[in-house]
Amino acid sequence: MELDSAMMSRMLTSLTLVFHIIFATVGVGIPVMVSIAEFIGIKKKDANYTLLARRWARGFTITVAVGVVTGTAIGLQLSLLWPKFMQFAGNVIALPLFMETFAFFFEAIFLGIYLYTWDRFKNPIYHWLLSIPVVIGATMSAFFITTVNAFMNTPQGFDLEGRTLTNVDPLAAMFNPATPTKVFHVVSSSYLTSAAILAAIAAFAILKKNASDYHKKALKLTMVATFIFAITTAIAGDLSAKFLANEQPEKLAAAEWHFETEKNADLIVFGTLNEDNEVENALRLPNALSFLAHGSFDSEVTGLNEFPEDETPPLWIHYMFDLMVMLGMYALGVSFLYLLFSKLKKWNENNKWLLWLIVINGPGAMLAIEFGWIFAEVGRQPWILRGFMKVAEGATTSPHVDWMFVLFLALYVVLGGGAISVLRKMFKNNPAELELEKRYPDVAKRGGHK
Amino acid sequence: MSYEMIGITVLWIFLYGYLIVASVDFGAGFFAYYAKTTKQDHIINQLISRYLSPVWEVTNVFFVFFFVGLVGFFPDSAYYFGQSLLIPGSIAIVLIAIRGSFYAFENYGSKKSNFFMFLYGATGLLIPASLSTAMTISEGGFIEETDNGVRLLTGELLTSPYSWSVVFLAIVSVLFISAAFLTFYASKANDQPALELMRKYTLFWGSPTIIASLTTFIAMSQHNARHFEKMLDLWWMFGLSVAFFLGALLLVYQQKRYGLAFIFVMFQFFFAFFGYGAGHLPYLIEPFITVESSVTNEAMGLALVIVFIAGLLLLIPSLILLMRMFLFDAEYVKGKK
Repeated sequence: MELDSAMMSRMLTSLTLVFHIIFATVGVGIPVMVSIAEFIGIKKKDANYTLLARRWARGFTITVAVGVVTGTAIGLQLSLLWPKFMQFAGNVIALPLFMETFAFFFEAIFLGIYLYTWDRFKNPIYHWLLSIPVVIGATMSAFFITTVNAFMNTPQGFDLEGRTLTNVDPLAAMFNPATPTKVFHVVSSSYLTSAAILAAIAAFAILKKNASDYHKKALKLTMVATFIFAITTAIAGDLSAKFLANEQPEKLAAAEWHFETEKNADLIVFGTLNEDNEVENALRLPNALSFLAHGSFDSEVTGLNEFPEDETPPLWIHYMFDLMVMLGMYALGVSFLYLLFSKLKKWNENNKWLLWLIVINGPGAMLAIEFGWIFAEVGRQPWILRGFMKVAEGATTSPHVDWMFVLFLALYVVLGGGAISVLRKMFKNNPAELELEKRYPDVAKRGGHK
Repeated sequence: MSYEMIGITVLWIFLYGYLIVASVDFGAGFFAYYAKTTKQDHIINQLISRYLSPVWEVTNVFFVFFFVGLVGFFPDSAYYFGQSLLIPGSIAIVLIAIRGSFYAFENYGSKKSNFFMFLYGATGLLIPASLSTAMTISEGGFIEETDNGVRLLTGELLTSPYSWSVVFLAIVSVLFISAAFLTFYASKANDQPALELMRKYTLFWGSPTIIASLTTFIAMSQHNARHFEKMLDLWWMFGLSVAFFLGALLLVYQQKRYGLAFIFVMFQFFFAFFGYGAGHLPYLIEPFITVESSVTNEAMGLALVIVFIAGLLLLIPSLILLMRMFLFDAEYVKGKK
């Protein structure tokens, strides 16, 4: 592996994205959870939920700050590291990029208002209404940015005559074949991950302290949300696989180690490859890949051997795919178990083992996001714009990218460490029970430990 | 009007907007730190934090909006700026990132620490300095195009009087704009001690601002005669700029109409900024690309303009709501909400 400018640009972009995606994901999902909690609090007249919304929103200010600054970083890095790609992309896919800044602007304005107006309205529903533009802005940001990523996978909406672009159609570029499934998958998994992380925090609090009403209600709400979003994410994942089979078959084939085009294709789970690219030690699910790809067990799935070798992605993405799916299934399973336990009277949904499984699910869901994005991005290799521009052609020729890598690595260490320590301090010195007593004294007296 | 003129006008207005709101923010950081080291922080820091808390993110968006819009309307600029600004651009990102996140960390999280305050103050001056590099290289003479792509002539940049005069101008302007705004804000909040202090800062930073502007003019005449000549043709814009500057100083000196004084400061920079920009045309980056040669295709141009108008219809009412709730809500400004 040669560490030239193109390779270093890839590494720096990966570094920024791996870090940014954590904050982007919770940035899309947490507003939804905050809004739901505040709404339930108003409807049920239960200050526990209102306090939940308040505390989540407070923690959110920290993650959103890091999300904003790292988002600014990746926005600029696209031009600094991939100038030729952005020159091309600017002509065809600038529209959603531009719209994303509006969505983000809209969200930022209302988030600012939302955070500072908790006690300014007589009727609390007005304050809740302010959360709606935040939710819309955050989700629309995800939508617009994801269309750009979708475009990189299935570019359309232009003709290339030599090196000149003609017949540019910005809307066709934006609504390319990859857009629907990708947007659905990204938005749904962001909601899922945010709910899972908030659930993990609630479960952890119950494990470490006594189970107060506040934490039990938090856990119940977040676990129901996790279950619902895990189902929608599974559906989105299935649709994404079917999209890949039709529009980007080399990516699916590489992810599944499916070399020969065949009917009744087996799904390979984990395993290893020997020197002749033969699969060993794997779990084979007969005909399952055909079903995953086209919805019937005897359909034909295109194999990797149909593609020129220099236009196929590296085979290790198979593990990324499998890990992502496994963690997604885990989220679905754990939330199902919790709901089952809470329905059956004689089982205790707050038992220690189940709580630990829920705690693990938080970081697990975030890892699934990381694996999923690594799969999505590496699975597009060697292209930066599939079929039109290879990664190496889009990169900067500036020789100093290596130093910038070191600079940004240091930045992300500082930002990550800062965010963790501030969040810990924020909640450690101000436990929910105390805050409940302070802000809503009558609720705290009535409730307590049932 | 052609798409390139619509595009550059829109972008220039947004860059101007960023110049004003970011200056207020950056300068406030410096004043907050300065006040702390001179033990006057009890006077102004409350005021500064009440203004900045709700709006710091909005400031950042102005900047994002500008560079995304630039790539959209003028895709070729992504190539030239991207290739040449890797180092100054990355440094600016790091500074902005540290500033934005540590501001949030400090404000919502832990207690005020000296180290955070220092970072906050220092980045406020270093960010304008590093961002001004983009302006400087657009004058030409600092980048070259070779077979291996475009590259920045770092040596030329670091030894050019023009480039340093721009850095100096950027820093003092930030402090002047910020002081003028905070004077107005203190008077709105009826905070007499803060008002006195900020008023002094405004009067103090006035003269370096005008000196730096003159120095930059002179350095420009040496560096880029074409641009300088065109700016002389637009002498009336710079004349108006100076007139508004004097008007603002007079009002602040006479201790009246601080709101009007700040509007004068905004006009001062408006005319100077647009006089500079109009003189820069037709080039985007001299001599490589002009607005005409680098403008995007018609379909994209139209789409961007439509989105821009729709976006404004959405954002302007939202911004008015934000301002009514914080900036112009007398109770909030006074710290009662």
